[in-house]
Amino acid sequence: MASAVTYTAEWPVLVSIIFSPPQNYPLYIRSVPTENELKFHYTVHTSLDVVDEKISAMGKALVDQRELYLGLLYPTEDYKVYGYVTNSKVKFVMVVDSSNTALRDNEIRSMFRKLHNSYTDIMCNPFYNPGDRIHSRAFDNMVNSMMMQVC
Amino acid sequence: GWMNKHLNLVPALVVVFYELDWDEPQWKEKQSECATRVEIVRQSLQGRNTKVAVVLIQKKTPLPPGEDVIASERAAALCNACDLSGKSLFVLPHTDHLVGYIIRLENAFYEHAQTYYYTEIRRVKSHKEFLNKTTHQLLFVRHQFKIAFFSELKQDTQNALKNYRTAYNLVHELRAHETNMLEIKTMAGFINYKICRLCFQHNTPLDAIAQFRKHIDLCKKKIGSAELAFEHAAWMSKQFQAFGDLFDEAIKLGLTAIQTQNPGFYYQQAAYYAQERKQLASMLCNHDSSVIYPNPDPLETQTGVLDFYGQRPWRQGILSFDLSDPEKEKMGILSLQLKEKNVLHSELIITLLSNAVAQFKKYKCPRMKSHLMVQMGEEYYYAKDYAKALKLLDYVMCEYRSEGWCTLLTSILTTALKCSYLMAQLKDYITYSLELLGRASTLKEDQKSRIEKNLIKVLMNESPDPEPDCDTAAVKASQKLWADRVSLAGSNVFTIEVQDFIPFVQCKAKFLAPSFHVDVPVQFDVYLRADCPHPIRFSKLCISFNNQDYNQYCVVEEAYQKSDILEQSSQGTMCLVPGKTRKFTFKFVAKTEDVGKKIEITSVDLILGSESGRCVILNWRGGGGDAASSQEALQAARSFRRRPKLPDNEVHWDSLTIQASTMIISRVPNISVQLRHEPPALTNEMYCLIVTVQSHEDTVAKDVKLTAGLKPGQDANLTQKTQVTLHGTDACDESFPALLPDIPVGDLQPGEKLEKPIYIRCGTVGARMFLVYVSYLIDTIVEGKEILCKCHRDETVTIETVFPFDVAVKFVSTKLEHLDRVFADIPFLLMTDILSASPWPLTIVTTQLQLSPSMTPVDQLESYVENVVLQTGESASECFCLRCPPVTNASGVATGCYIISWKRSSPVESVPVVSTVITLPHVIVESIPLHVNADLPSFGRVRESLPVRYHLQNKTDLVQDVEVSVEPSDAFMFSGLKQIRLRILPGTQQEMLYNFYPLMAGYQQLPSLHVNLLRFPNFTNQLLRRFIPTHIFVKVRLGMTEDNSIMS
Repeated sequence: MASAVTYTAEWPVLVSIIFSPPQNYPLYIRSVPTENELKFHYTVHTSLDVVDEKISAMGKALVDQRELYLGLLYPTEDYKVYGYVTNSKVKFVMVVDSSNTALRDNEIRSMFRKLHNSYTDIMCNPFYNPGDRIHSRAFDNMVNSMMMQVC
Repeated sequence: GWMNKHLNLVPALVVVFYELDWDEPQWKEKQSECATRVEIVRQSLQGRNTKVAVVLIQKKTPLPPGEDVIASERAAALCNACDLSGKSLFVLPHTDHLVGYIIRLENAFYEHAQTYYYTEIRRVKSHKEFLNKTTHQLLFVRHQFKIAFFSELKQDTQNALKNYRTAYNLVHELRAHETNMLEIKTMAGFINYKICRLCFQHNTPLDAIAQFRKHIDLCKKKIGSAELAFEHAAWMSKQFQAFGDLFDEAIKLGLTAIQTQNPGFYYQQAAYYAQERKQLASMLCNHDSSVIYPNPDPLETQTGVLDFYGQRPWRQGILSFDLSDPEKEKMGILSLQLKEKNVLHSELIITLLSNAVAQFKKYKCPRMKSHLMVQMGEEYYYAKDYAKALKLLDYVMCEYRSEGWCTLLTSILTTALKCSYLMAQLKDYITYSLELLGRASTLKEDQKSRIEKNLIKVLMNESPDPEPDCDTAAVKASQKLWADRVSLAGSNVFTIEVQDFIPFVQCKAKFLAPSFHVDVPVQFDVYLRADCPHPIRFSKLCISFNNQDYNQYCVVEEAYQKSDILEQSSQGTMCLVPGKTRKFTFKFVAKTEDVGKKIEITSVDLILGSESGRCVILNWRGGGGDAASSQEALQAARSFRRRPKLPDNEVHWDSLTIQASTMIISRVPNISVQLRHEPPALTNEMYCLIVTVQSHEDTVAKDVKLTAGLKPGQDANLTQKTQVTLHGTDACDESFPALLPDIPVGDLQPGEKLEKPIYIRCGTVGARMFLVYVSYLIDTIVEGKEILCKCHRDETVTIETVFPFDVAVKFVSTKLEHLDRVFADIPFLLMTDILSASPWPLTIVTTQLQLSPSMTPVDQLESYVENVVLQTGESASECFCLRCPPVTNASGVATGCYIISWKRSSPVESVPVVSTVITLPHVIVESIPLHVNADLPSFGRVRESLPVRYHLQNKTDLVQDVEVSVEPSDAFMFSGLKQIRLRILPGTQQEMLYNFYPLMAGYQQLPSLHVNLLRFPNFTNQLLRRFIPTHIFVKVRLGMTEDNSIMS
């Protein structure tokens, strides 16, 4: 089960946005390739443990100067899970193949920033209702281009 | 092989204990006997390098070395005889300090053992020198490992670690081939285990982790024989598990792990590989049952053990990469595969997963824990332990539901549904179906449709179709179970509480108003909506209230017909069409006892299926709503999205809000209550409040009752200072109540008017709230039902109470000068002043001065203000002349009190008179030694004699020496004694007569009298002037008016 994805030619990438607590449900979740999607969902869900822990460790101090990028959440055998959390506690999680050595911390960071910007654009849409699942073509395109760049 | 030998068989040191004292008489014999024993030990060691030592057990305490000559001689002899070095001979005196000697011996032995291992290492190293990298690659690893192993035995862990590391690197330098892959991996795994263990022992966990990562990265791809790929997975799993165990061990010894780096991850990974092993095994070992285990067993060896770890039993010790005997090879692989078939994989996986769960629980990873529990559940499912699977899945389901991860929830539910199907667990099967059909499920339409059809079958007491992807044997077994269930009568009603999950029928109940009058029917709507793909029928909808009497009115029921169940056309009232909101309106008449109470919907029950088949009661607590609806309501409330227009009789589901309770309030009264009065009220008067009640009802208002008085809930003091009565003619006292409850007034005919005066006495000033409350009973008809309603109307009024008047009292002298104290026995005046403060005219009926015993009136005390009417701001004054006899009390003397009897000036005679008592102030009384008063006319005339007589009264008990002198004034001539000294006896008075002759007209100063008391120097002329006049008005002489005016 685990190895099936590891040896595909494409490097799997998954992008997900999780709404702020107490609900913590995914607003947007997309993975390439789409098989084994369930496993990725579980990976993202379990990574929230670490995100929660990191957020609580940061405390309330220095909210303004807080680094939004949480870095590598935890390593698994096959994937690397990265996290990012906005000031309103909206979480971004990215899962990439651990064999993809081309991705360095800086690239991941800039990808998150890009995601955050697009998310902000969506929030600025008066017809978007915070907490609704994201269905936006612009956002899809942005995520697509990001995934293309990575794979 | 050799590790066991060195660990358990070959000693590093053999010690011979022998009882022998230095001064032993038979020394020679004993010495040779000891030497023989040593020789026997030596022979049994067969030339190994094992050290031999001798310990002599002696009874005497040895002397310090060098002093005992015999001892040193004999020791040398013994060493010689036994062929031992002096260092290997020890003495253990069996005396007091035995423990100390033993410890010293132990250290000595340890040193010897270390020396032994050191030489062993040297020996192995010397072997290695001869080796050649190209031809003896395998031996390089072996020797290196041996060195490390001996170092470890030597307890030199640092060197052991160093050597193990070298050995590890050497292993990976070996040429790997399919045939020796297993051996390499076994060795690598073994060395890796040693390295990691030593790293943890050295408290360098990061090194251990790094080594392990390197190990895994290097070995991950070394699968070896494809036919035995499961072996690789098993090996990987074992690696992770072993590391997890080591890590856990280290934690138990004090290492601290963190959330992202704990043994749980390794157990989890071990479980993954175990799963992979299972998959590979099922793929590679699916031999026919006809394939039999080869005979002779290729896995058997002659000795029963392998010479080298990791080698195939059927080709031990063969170094060549070529397969010498392909047939043998095939049989070997086959036997391994058949063996693998018997392994209980699920058990292994579950053990590893539960290990991981225990770890993640410790390191605050609730979601990881849930995830692993899902996997455990799935594994139990594969292992056909459905009950355990269901238990685990059910346990974690709610966490995924509450966090809103629908995809994950759906996948768990699907597995759970399979389990419940296979066990024919009706209630679980129905519950999971309900949720899988619901809006939180991400299943495809066709799946949902299949599940719904199965659910309908179950409701009709038939067996459902099997779930897809189930084990065929298990399906067969379950079908039998289902058949049993179907034939089993009874216990076919299932109540399912839905608020903890997300069923496919949503419910919202809503009272049309937050409150209803008792004389109008209570109305509410129940909205139902189904999310399933096909329409669904239900047999009954009933609502329960906190007052169960209403339950009977709120039931929708219809005869259930089996044939209708799937017909789309018959969408009657009892059918829910997907995506459409159905509305049911209920109406009932509230009971009159429930007036003022809350009617609450305690539950809504929707019954699917029928009593004859199976019955499922969906039970919503309160007014509907399930696990997801509160969040949805919040989102809907935030949304700005415009909703498309719908036909009139339809509503948007999102826009509906639950209103599960309503208040029953009394009928609107149809009478008027008016209050008439003349504010403000005056203190203590009987204030009249006229209540007018008029009925506008169509029928007779029965049992009209009036409650009037001070509104409860105000200051407690007000209650005591307020009295209410119905009888205004006589004044009431404190015993009267502040509130008159339920005064029966009788019946009121339609249009009848009733007037009732109420008298209120307010004892203190300030504002008060008064309540007038009229209640009555009336018959009304609601929905063809006659009910007796109780109605009431209340009015409140705030009445201000003020003082009717202000009374000012002052003391003045007879000269009308203000006095702050009075003199004993000397008359003074008491002046009272009543100033009306009332906005209404007041009549002073009479006044009365009640003097205290210490005061005596000088003349008659009669009222001068009887029947005086005072308008606002007017005042009435009185004046009384009093005298106070001398008192001993210096502080003050009570004067008495002043009683004013008054009433509001009103045409009505019956208004009672109010007496207001005003306590007069105390006055300070002083005695004086001498009182002088003058007798003189009220005016004089120019050049006409004016006789003045001064009375000097001695008020003391002493004889007074008095000096009297008169000072002349410009306006007068006078005759009489100008200066005199005289004596006045106690209690007597002296008269002095003067004849003044005024010279000028006008208000003139009299010649002033000076009195000087020799005994009382305090008695001043100033005090004197209080009593005697200083000026007099002098008129012109009659007929001399003009003259006089010129002169002046």
